[in-house]
Amino acid sequence: MLDAFVAALFLQAGYNTALVTAGAAVLGASAGAIGAFMLLRKRSLVSDAISHATLPGLALAFIVMALATGDGRFMPGLLAGAALSAGLGLVAVEWITRRTRLTEDVAIGAVLSVFFGLGIVLLTVIQAMDTGRQAGISGFLLGSTAGMLRSEAEVIAVAATLTGLAIFVLRRPLTLVCFDQEYAATQGVNVRATDLATMALVLAVTVIGLKVAGLVLIVALTILPPVAARFWTNRVERMVLIAAAIGAVAAYLGAVVSSLGPGLPTGALIVLVSFAIFLFSLVFSPLRGLLAGQMTTLALRKRVHERQGLLALARDEPIYDPLTLKVLRRAGYIRADGAATLEGRSAALAATREEALWGLYRKLFPDQALNADYHGLTPINEALPPDVVRDLEQRCNLRAA
Amino acid sequence: MGADFVMLGLVPLVVGVLTSVACALLGNFLVLRRQALIGDAVSHVVLPGIVLAYLATGTVAAGAMLLGAGAAAIAALVLIEIVRRAGRIEPGAAMGVVFTALFAAGVLLLEQTDTGKVHLDVEHALYGNLESIVWFAADGWGSLLDPAALAELPPPVPRLALALAAVIAFIALFWKELFIGTFDPGFAESVGARPGLTGFALVVMVAVVAVMAFDAVGAIIVVAMFICPAGAARLMTDRLLPQLAWSVAFATAAAVAGYMLAAYGPLWLGFASSVSAAGMIATVSGGILALACLVGPRRHRRGMQAADGGA
Repeated sequence: MLDAFVAALFLQAGYNTALVTAGAAVLGASAGAIGAFMLLRKRSLVSDAISHATLPGLALAFIVMALATGDGRFMPGLLAGAALSAGLGLVAVEWITRRTRLTEDVAIGAVLSVFFGLGIVLLTVIQAMDTGRQAGISGFLLGSTAGMLRSEAEVIAVAATLTGLAIFVLRRPLTLVCFDQEYAATQGVNVRATDLATMALVLAVTVIGLKVAGLVLIVALTILPPVAARFWTNRVERMVLIAAAIGAVAAYLGAVVSSLGPGLPTGALIVLVSFAIFLFSLVFSPLRGLLAGQMTTLALRKRVHERQGLLALARDEPIYDPLTLKVLRRAGYIRADGAATLEGRSAALAATREEALWGLYRKLFPDQALNADYHGLTPINEALPPDVVRDLEQRCNLRAA
Repeated sequence: MGADFVMLGLVPLVVGVLTSVACALLGNFLVLRRQALIGDAVSHVVLPGIVLAYLATGTVAAGAMLLGAGAAAIAALVLIEIVRRAGRIEPGAAMGVVFTALFAAGVLLLEQTDTGKVHLDVEHALYGNLESIVWFAADGWGSLLDPAALAELPPPVPRLALALAAVIAFIALFWKELFIGTFDPGFAESVGARPGLTGFALVVMVAVVAVMAFDAVGAIIVVAMFICPAGAARLMTDRLLPQLAWSVAFATAAAVAGYMLAAYGPLWLGFASSVSAAGMIATVSGGILALACLVGPRRHRRGMQAADGGA
């Protein structure tokens, strides 16, 4: 098992498997990248409508080809049908959102369920047609790379690469439109055309990925990697790159594990690997992760307790709060019996001065103080320019005198 | 429309109507609260729920399946909320993260388990099997008055009747809270109507109905019925109570027409077998929504009509 895994991991498990894994990785990268733009536009679930809307097209294409040639499993034909009906679904979502007062979530839900329902009806028609070869279709529901033909794998790899290139070429307008459509328009970007291009790229990724991930789960490829990537950076270019990398790794690993044996559906494995990466990001990201957030909260609490404790020392007030006592003792500001040390005395004086200066600043310039994200714990010398601090000190001294 | 229909057709038809109406009633609130996709998320996580229930109990008894699916649905709702808050992720993406991951886990579990001996598969969870609910004890319209035959009614009928009754009771009991919580959560909060709690209760009701329905009709019809009739009704009127009435009418029409088309349409066209009733009901509901989008008297957003006229 392990040998097979290592062989597949390093593309040594035969030409077909290598081609499928490489193709899946390229597909994952393209999906992650375009999904990042969808996430920033808060339209992640549009791809859910697109993927479900492929089913009637797939089934119709199968029926037409089966009637014409006797075999409905010709993949480019199936994908063309899928793209056509997914495009129709997309137009329906846009039309309902723009033309009626229904919101986008209603449009998405209606399109995905109705198109999928129609697809199911057509699937039962195929079953009744007695061609005995519906296996070609059911692989699209949950995805299966096992037993994929070489020509199919080649189509997927080439198409996914082309999609990735298109995203790379369009990255500037895509980014601009994400954040400021009016500014983008003044820069000569055609917002409507860019929107259409985004949707076309999502559609392309979805249709190409159908056979790999299956139409129920392909949506995860455009949602999970970008959401995970968002935890690691605040810059678009990096987020898109990270999303592409996560997508590639997840799809690659998923395809590798899936090639090891039966009962390991590719789509489900890719999604679970992506989800694991998402969970890791959620907990450990230094920027927005839960752990980092908890650390920030704890650090802030310590600083608040330290400041309040020092102010109490300066005013010779007794301190009862156990956490404050602990923080002061750790810092060496008080002895075990609660009496202030020499450092404690001077730190208390400094804290009083800080508090007085900040208080004065807040009184004199309430607007600036509000905008400065002030919580009074930043040393004033670091937060404000030296001349302002000097001015504040002079006013303070005058007042004291 | 004789004894055969009562035995083979009537029960699926009734189950279809009960499910559709129960979903459509709740759907009105989901549509107005921009939570339409909750139904989609919940119906996907039913799969891991039933697989886990099967692994835990080793049977496919309805009770265990319902419990498993219900637990999974509630767990998914809580998870979505956690992911949304902890990760500061927009609701749509949070939903996408959770339901795809859980569905994937369900698929993997299913493929890894030897379920060959029992009837448990992804397709079944997705599009159910309305046609297989047969009322064996019936031998004609007279059976509807025969207590012995009525006692033999297939279990989905009383179960879904119960679900519909629960939905109606829920809406009637919490009408005021649902109403103001839907249109003005801020005001609802200020008068102590607990909009957060009502919102959660609504979502739990959605999960309960989706879980009760999936076994008989599959996930896809549930999602369609949460959204399409209510969406179409929204385009007919500006008032909530008439909207509920419209949605019930649309849901009933979709269920009856869809079932009839699926069961008898292909026969009229000369084909030997019928097509998926659940799929056809969803399709018809989509047709109704499309019609409402084209001609519904209240289809325009406020102010949009004037803009259209001017252009």
